Amino acid sequence: MRNSNTTRLAGIGRIIVCVIGGLLSLAHMASAQTPADSDTDQVRRGEYLARAGNCMGCHTTRGGEPYAGGRKLNTPFGQFVTPNITPDKETGIGGWSDEDFWQALHYGKSKDGRNLYPAFPYTEYTKITRPDADAIFAYLRSLPPVAQTNPPHKISPPYDNQTLLYLWRKWYFNEGVYQPDKSKSDEWNRGNYLVQGLGHCNACHTPRNVWGASQDDKLTGGKIMGSYWYAPSLISPREAGVSEWPVEDIVELLSTGINGHAVTSGSMATIVRQSLQYLSDDDIRSIAVYLQSLGEKKDNAKAPRKARKMPEQVRQYLALGQEVYEKHCQDCHGQSGEGVPKIYPPLAGNRSVTMSSPLNTIRSVLYGGYPPATAGNPRPYGMPPYQHFIRDTEIAQVVSYIRNAWGNLGSLVSPEDVDNSRGSEF
Amino acid sequence: MSMKFFAFILLAMIPGLTSAAGPASSGLSDTLEERVKPCIICHRDADRIDRDAYFPRIAGKPAGYLFNQLRNFRDGRRYYQPMAILLENMSDDYMREIAEYFAAQPYAYLEPVAPALTPDEIKSVETLMYSGDPERDLPACGACHGKTLMGVQPAIPGLLGLPHAYLAAQFGGWRNGGIMRGQIPDCMSEIAKKLTQEEVNALVQWLPGLPVSGQSAAADALTPELAQRCRTILSGKEVTR
Ligand code: HEC
Ligand code: HEC
Ligand code: HEC
Ligand code: HEC
Ligand code: HEC
Repeated sequence: MRNSNTTRLAGIGRIIVCVIGGLLSLAHMASAQTPADSDTDQVRRGEYLARAGNCMGCHTTRGGEPYAGGRKLNTPFGQFVTPNITPDKETGIGGWSDEDFWQALHYGKSKDGRNLYPAFPYTEYTKITRPDADAIFAYLRSLPPVAQTNPPHKISPPYDNQTLLYLWRKWYFNEGVYQPDKSKSDEWNRGNYLVQGLGHCNACHTPRNVWGASQDDKLTGGKIMGSYWYAPSLISPREAGVSEWPVEDIVELLSTGINGHAVTSGSMATIVRQSLQYLSDDDIRSIAVYLQSLGEKKDNAKAPRKARKMPEQVRQYLALGQEVYEKHCQDCHGQSGEGVPKIYPPLAGNRSVTMSSPLNTIRSVLYGGYPPATAGNPRPYGMPPYQHFIRDTEIAQVVSYIRNAWGNLGSLVSPEDVDNSRGSEF
Repeated sequence: MSMKFFAFILLAMIPGLTSAAGPASSGLSDTLEERVKPCIICHRDADRIDRDAYFPRIAGKPAGYLFNQLRNFRDGRRYYQPMAILLENMSDDYMREIAEYFAAQPYAYLEPVAPALTPDEIKSVETLMYSGDPERDLPACGACHGKTLMGVQPAIPGLLGLPHAYLAAQFGGWRNGGIMRGQIPDCMSEIAKKLTQEEVNALVQWLPGLPVSGQSAAADALTPELAQRCRTILSGKEVTR
């Protein structure tokens, strides 16, 4: 994809970086004990860890220079703009030391001592170990510096107040590196570290309180701060808890974006594309093992939720939905909602469809989407967007129908619910 | 080791023969046609082109052009929300394949509609098309879009068979630098900004009046000077994903 000019430039950039890097390491001789060739190992490890933490996902605008920031994150507290974390002296973190970087990642403090907003998930990253943080920093320092000044945050009062942020931190922020649980396997501990720390799954998968803090470190699901999707609970078997799935199925979903019974969409598809697909087999497996142990067993959900007898009105409403389904959806999702394995997700028995929040299902119908293109699923099949083709009343009918057909059981959805589910970051 | 076992191993090495689960076994066709179904809901097949439809035809346009547009939508250089959402998690490789698929699709041309223009207006449009205006540093449209205005491979689209509404919207985007095209300075926005509103109104009526015929020209039909003018587009700007 690179044309020869940019390749050459990148080459020159690399040489410059090497020379500068050389000078720096000379300067650091006294303190640094690691020999030069383990520096590059460290950089490579840092690159991998930065993938696992998806630093690039937030610190890059669409189509922009990697790590140069400028991505706008809209939240109920205002708009945050991610900073430039390339090693540019003026506009990036070129003037930072290892210690400054550790302050940011571990304590959520900028170089100048300012408390950082938790839109930067340091509340999770605080669990990252010092050697891992140093490796990430070494990697960031190895990047070509990009001079790019980004616009300031636009935070709505009263959230722009540093004193309030200070109080919030006192209340909600628990600083501390991950402490392994000796009673559990190494694999489980690694998974826990990746999920609760670097992978910052909590940043989306917990209900957020009014200050944007994860309420606890249990992954119980929440409407994502500033995103339009609902991140389901990773504990409840009625949502996305995976205690009943074989580890292989969890691995497949997280590394390829799709498996025989589920598919990632919306912001989760983006996480898979930007981050999870690059994790090593061992790491993805650890995550799967940890997630599996986290899930509640199905005990109370097993007792079948009895389908109540449907009033005639409801039956008629669902019949309208069935017509829409047969006309627009059946071709792909099948007459009985069975789907086509790893191509078109089944809708029958699909928890994404039946979970109590209908938000994601409505959004899938409004906006369609492709699962992420990954090494394991490079040419995904897609779902059309229906926002311009089916009226809200019909979308409400068809969503109500698929939530209650083929043994599914979910609440009915109204046209107002459909309208309230609109909106995107685009 | 028996011969049979050996043959079995050989067979097993041929992929596809042994992969059990997958499109083949599900009876679903493992084709791009199946994969681009979401696109077809808007970019309908040729027969259903609606003259004033907002949805542009993509079948039969040069592959390089289509690929550039897909990247632009995905990376925020051209704005249309539904497409940005669909393309968000696609790779360059996959989009290139999709572009090639659509470029190779046959399509039915729109029947020409006679423009309601005065002879003077027609003359001024024809000058723009075939001669340009050196005083304003405007090359002829045909110098880039091909003598027959059918485009130049691989990245310059043809100008014929496009509906009036679509043409007007594109020029609006380039000239206003609004939410669609034209946020990024490039040769078309530069050219569109030099035209007067009257000229734009006339040419978006005049173009749909021409019958479509022939093929897009080979790449060497474009002079290096003109290619240089559009270099961000034609070189396929560095992608950073
Ligand atoms: C969910 C989005 C998100 C992710 C993921 C993310 N960041 Fe950030 N980061 C931010 C935001 C927003 C800020 C600005 C916070 C502020 O100004 O209060 C920030 C600030 C920073 C800062 C402080 C910069 C400064 O000038 O003070 C550093 C350093 C940083 N991030 C590094 C990282 C690293 C390393 C990773 C990956 C391990 C990462 N970020 C992942 C959103 C993110
Ligand atoms: C940017 C927000 C975000 C982050 C970060 C995030 N998720 Fe998700 N996740 C979502 C959303 C939204 C959904 C619901 C959409 C879907 O079903 O794919 C989801 C769904 C899921 C599902 C269920 C998928 C299905 O369809 O059954 C799993 C499992 C999951 N996430 C695991 C994780 C893990 C593990 C991490 C951390 C490595 C993580 N997520 C990080 C937003 C996020
Ligand atoms: C061209 C094939 C196709 C058609 C037609 C289609 N879908 Fe889909 N559908 C898909 C694909 C592919 C996905 C996965 C999309 C993704 O990951 O973003 C999907 C995802 C979904 C999901 C989310 C499932 C999950 O596990 O997260 C729902 C709900 C859904 N479709 C409902 C419908 C409804 C209702 C209709 C008709 C109005 C419909 N679909 C029409 C292909 C299709
Ligand atoms: C919801 C309707 C819709 C869907 C679905 C859709 N498009 Fe588009 N597409 C449009 C519209 C409208 C435009 C024109 C936008 C503009 O004027 O900037 C467009 C423009 C394009 C263009 C640029 C055409 C040109 O001549 O400049 C390409 C290429 C394209 N779409 C390809 C696709 C592909 C491939 C898909 C499927 C992955 C797709 N579209 C899905 C509506 C859609
Ligand atoms: C210097 C070369 C050049 C000249 C001169 C030029 N164009 Fe273009 N034109 C392009 C390129 C390159 C594109 C593709 C833009 C892109 O990829 O976004 C384009 C795209 C277009 C499109 C979009 C077609 C589509 O399918 O969406 C239209 C319409 C157009 N030009 C009209 C004109 C007209 C009318 C003139 C004369 C007034 C003209 N152009 C002169 C290079 C040129």
